[in-house]
Amino acid sequence: MIAALVAEYRKFFSTRLWWILLLALVGYLAFIAGVFGFSMTVESSEPTAPVNFLSPQEIAQSLYSITSSIGYVFPLIVGSLAVTGEFRHQTITGSLLVEPRRTVLVLAKLISSIPMGLAYGVLATATVVGVGGTVLSVAGDGAFLGEPEIIETIVLSIVVMVLWTIMGVAFGTVLTNQVAAIVVVLAFTQLIEPIARVALGAFDATSEVSRFLPGAAADAILGSSAFSSFGGGGGVDLLSQWAGALVMLAYIVVLVLIGRFTTFRRDIG
Amino acid sequence: MEAPAITVDHLTKRFGPVTAVDDLSFTVAPGRVTGFLGPNGSGKTTTLRMLLGLVQPTAGTAVVGDRTYGRIRRPAQLVGAALEASSFHPGRTGLGHLRTLAPQAGVGNDRCHEVLELVGLEAAKKRRVGGYSMGMRQRLGLATALLGDPSVIILDEPANGLDPQGIAWLRSLLRSLAADGRTVLVSSHVLAEVQQSVDDVVVIGSGKLIHASTLDGFEALAERFVAVRTPAQDAFAALGTERGWEVRREHDTYLVHGVGAAEVGEAAFAAGVELHQLADRGADLETVFLKLTKSSDAPTATLPPRHTPPVDAPPPAGGGAPPPPAPTTGGQA
Repeated sequence: MIAALVAEYRKFFSTRLWWILLLALVGYLAFIAGVFGFSMTVESSEPTAPVNFLSPQEIAQSLYSITSSIGYVFPLIVGSLAVTGEFRHQTITGSLLVEPRRTVLVLAKLISSIPMGLAYGVLATATVVGVGGTVLSVAGDGAFLGEPEIIETIVLSIVVMVLWTIMGVAFGTVLTNQVAAIVVVLAFTQLIEPIARVALGAFDATSEVSRFLPGAAADAILGSSAFSSFGGGGGVDLLSQWAGALVMLAYIVVLVLIGRFTTFRRDIG
Repeated sequence: MEAPAITVDHLTKRFGPVTAVDDLSFTVAPGRVTGFLGPNGSGKTTTLRMLLGLVQPTAGTAVVGDRTYGRIRRPAQLVGAALEASSFHPGRTGLGHLRTLAPQAGVGNDRCHEVLELVGLEAAKKRRVGGYSMGMRQRLGLATALLGDPSVIILDEPANGLDPQGIAWLRSLLRSLAADGRTVLVSSHVLAEVQQSVDDVVVIGSGKLIHASTLDGFEALAERFVAVRTPAQDAFAALGTERGWEVRREHDTYLVHGVGAAEVGEAAFAAGVELHQLADRGADLETVFLKLTKSSDAPTATLPPRHTPPVDAPPPAGGGAPPPPAPTTGGQA
């Protein structure tokens, strides 16, 4: 298994994609954190604007939690590429020749995605906290970086990014067509899920369902307090932190099982 | 080196209604190069993929030594395979590609450099594979197959895309691998590519075994004939009829089947027919190969164009894909 993990790292770092995606993620989050930071420090004439009824620390907490809700498309794509890249370029043949045990290959991809997700999560969260915290301390009422609740939000934000990366791998085992996987990830994260959360959340009968959408589950891990201002889906009706984590893990397990018994059971050739 | 044999036993693979490999059995002996021959689509690649655990057989087994591929520990150290020249990530360097496989092959960076040098890619190893020529990709595929220093080597169409020099180099490489005692199985749809380097041949068509023997045994199937050039064409044709030879004319050369040059020369001399050339043509294996593989139903795929001309009556000399009537057409690509 160790050899399989080393191989996965070499596959990941031997193409240019990892740093291109990392730059895109960091650049995107820096921009969003800057914009949100300024918008939340400027006095608003609207009575319902969050800045008018949130405490400065709650504002900081909301801002630091955007890594997952805004940037989760990146770890999903990074994870899915670990599988779809192999099928796109047919390197899956070589991978299975050196390791014919397909479960070992799938597990190696899942496990190796944890440190990769951690690295992306740390850098992404550091960007958000760095840019957002600077804006808050310069233009607002301080960055609150020493507060326990803030530290918890930062740590959980990294954890959620790791879970998204693993889920990306799991999703890739189900949908191995690289272009299709990227399109589906983009459509789901940018369009389908935000709409579904609002639409399902609008009715009592379906609002229960909306809490089990993957994005809602990820928000739940970060804690509802982080979403008292924004973050999609109304941000009010979330699962508990543990339930959110279990829902995300359930998605991962179900996707991997489907992938193992479809994609990785089929003939390769 | 003590290399295991490859044993394919009643191997069958069906894809829906199509039977790609049909009750195929053969063995590949160590210390020899075995050519695995058949036209495109005859089931060679599917057979190799079943042997390598990538495709699940519908029935039968394919084993290396006494184990199926999936049951071999660190398989890259026992079996090295190169299946197609396209299975590389174009953004990875040649060296980078080998390094992704090295951990599970159980080798270090030294070995990666070593095999790159062996296949003549040491100068290009830091370049991305996307910029490699077809021949370079074939070489990288070979380097991949040799990475774990395996005693069984399986190569699918390794000569594709190689220039004549590369093919000559491949031949000597295959010979030296077999001379080490390794088991070498090389597939090809062009007999001429491997003819000079194989000891044994396994010919399949439509997934079925057509012929398996040593190269000598295969050559014995080939008809020998004599090539004759003569200015006295009518006299020679009459002589042929008189002697009951099977004579075929090809441009300005007569091909006389089933007799030796001595007999033809003697008869011509006795009849006073002037000859400008009299030569024994060796066994034409390509003809045997085509004949063997045609006897199966595989080449029906090339026939349909014949039935279509009446529709739009294309110019007779046009391109298209006419069925090759004469053996001189050789292997089609």
